[in-house]
Amino acid sequence: MKTGIIIFIFITFAVLHQDTWNWDNGNLLFGFIPVGLAYHAGYSIVAAIFWACVVKFAWPKRLEEWADGGEKL
Amino acid sequence: MDYLFNLAQAEVPAVSKTPLVVIICYLGLLLGLALFSGRFFRGTSKDYFVASHSIGPFMLLMSVFGTTMTAFALVGSTGKAFQKGVGTYGLMASSSGLIHAACFFLIGIKVWSIAKRHGYVTQIQFFRNRFESNGIGYLLFPCLVLLVIPYLLIGVIGSYRVMGPATAGMFIDLFPQAGPLNGSVPPWIIGLVICGVVLAYIFAGGSRAAAWANTFQTLVFMAMGVLAFYLISRALGGVAAASEQIYPGHLVRTPGELEVTTKAGAFQREIGIPPIQFLTYMFIPLSVGMFPHLFQHWLTAKSAKSFRLTVIAHPLCIMVVWVPCVLIGLWATGVFNTPPLAEWPKPVVSIMGGTDDAGVGKVLSVVVKFLIVNPLIAGLVTAGILAAIMSSLDSQFLCLGTIFTNDIVLHNQSKERFTDKQIVLIARSFVVAIVLLTYILSLVLKDVQNVFDLAVWSFSGFAALTSLVFTALYWKGATKAGAYACITAVAVSWVYFFAKSGWGGEYTVFSSEHRTDDGVMPVAICFVLGLVSMIVVSLFTKKPSDETIKKFFP
Repeated sequence: MKTGIIIFIFITFAVLHQDTWNWDNGNLLFGFIPVGLAYHAGYSIVAAIFWACVVKFAWPKRLEEWADGGEKL
Repeated sequence: MDYLFNLAQAEVPAVSKTPLVVIICYLGLLLGLALFSGRFFRGTSKDYFVASHSIGPFMLLMSVFGTTMTAFALVGSTGKAFQKGVGTYGLMASSSGLIHAACFFLIGIKVWSIAKRHGYVTQIQFFRNRFESNGIGYLLFPCLVLLVIPYLLIGVIGSYRVMGPATAGMFIDLFPQAGPLNGSVPPWIIGLVICGVVLAYIFAGGSRAAAWANTFQTLVFMAMGVLAFYLISRALGGVAAASEQIYPGHLVRTPGELEVTTKAGAFQREIGIPPIQFLTYMFIPLSVGMFPHLFQHWLTAKSAKSFRLTVIAHPLCIMVVWVPCVLIGLWATGVFNTPPLAEWPKPVVSIMGGTDDAGVGKVLSVVVKFLIVNPLIAGLVTAGILAAIMSSLDSQFLCLGTIFTNDIVLHNQSKERFTDKQIVLIARSFVVAIVLLTYILSLVLKDVQNVFDLAVWSFSGFAALTSLVFTALYWKGATKAGAYACITAVAVSWVYFFAKSGWGGEYTVFSSEHRTDDGVMPVAICFVLGLVSMIVVSLFTKKPSDETIKKFFP
């Protein structure tokens, strides 16, 4: 269930990356940042928040414990 | 439209050696810091290759981010934004924020766990065991080396492109030459110094020195990027005024054309980003899943928890570096598109070549030189660009030395054949040989038209191979024959498209007659071919043994 939600959000993110509605928008946001750039800068921030949630709620704890269980080098 | 910065009236900065002094001081500081880290070197091969799994969250973030951001991030992003417009950030940066983090989370953590548990230090060791095949190592080895070498060359040649204009006019008596770079430090000295500094600390401290140096360099290039942004915006009358004079066609992603006048005549530049290219470019960031130097950085992590900060902060770090650089590139469209070429000061025309497509990589250097007139600051910014370049070079040199040592020399030898000290010596010898080879190749190929197009081809190869590592980690049914099929399909398709591009130019598949960039990125086709080959062949071939499945699927 958790994995399914994460995959769904990830795919939604990939779709939102295309932002076709901004393609022709040449306005400046806050008077200096082009809308197309502002959208994708915001996208980077939201991506970081998304990954913070993934780390918090879907951390591979069992894998981590297994890795720490032995070392053979 | 009124332009704030008029190149025709621009004062050509007086030649000063201060930037060079700043750069030399920076290189000295870097060398000192990295050599100091060598004092923590434990003398074992494990410490040399993977820093004894001792790197914490912050240094892991800095070293992984610094390694991922090459000359491409600072110099290439500015040049590409100048050339194509605002879409550059979405094309390369925001997608990387999402996909790089996905690769670190889905591939990095799992690879780290398996490698730590079973003692692997290279990708090839991992694949040989996962697919129960020695041969796969010999098939993969040339592919990885051949893809890393252009990536290395991007760094060294990138340093020539930055340092040439930055030192022009400084040594007219010592290094006279015709053209705009008269009196600049020649490439053979720049390469010797850059490669020599990197070699010195990699030789001394291996992975740990690379992690320390990368942390320092990443902080430097992030800070210098922001500083350059502030100073350039100030020179243009503030961020709002600077953005007002951006060439309108560069504010949107709509494909269009811009007539550019150069010394050689006028030509039409393709601006904007075609939608199909924008969509299929999303495959490029998958390359971090297969970079052998990143694989080695992952293994230096103290624990899986060390990855947390990297996964979360990586998209933000990309934003901090790329947004200012893309804006500088956009501002440059206003600076360089007016006044007419005939009115430009001679040094600008000759350095930029009239902003033809081969000259876009020089945009940042020229903007820094003409807009940040203070030589001290110009030196600091140039040092920041070199930091971005060198933070990738060291990891790449080290990883090739590690691969040669472990996957070729030691692979068929018994464990008792070499002492730990001898293994470190072999690795160091290979690192020296690779640095030497890169140095020579960079001098031979230094005039390659657009070095950053070559980078995209390198990334494309690694990205397409990510289908191999992903299926190896997440599909028990992935077989040895499937892996061979995957690598072969990727290699053949990549070479085919690379040849079609004229061996390294910009190229998309199914593009129209009017443009070269409005088709599908070759990486998307190579990736799908690799994945399909893996799946289809694996379905009909012998499955891995239960022992292997237990080992890789805990």
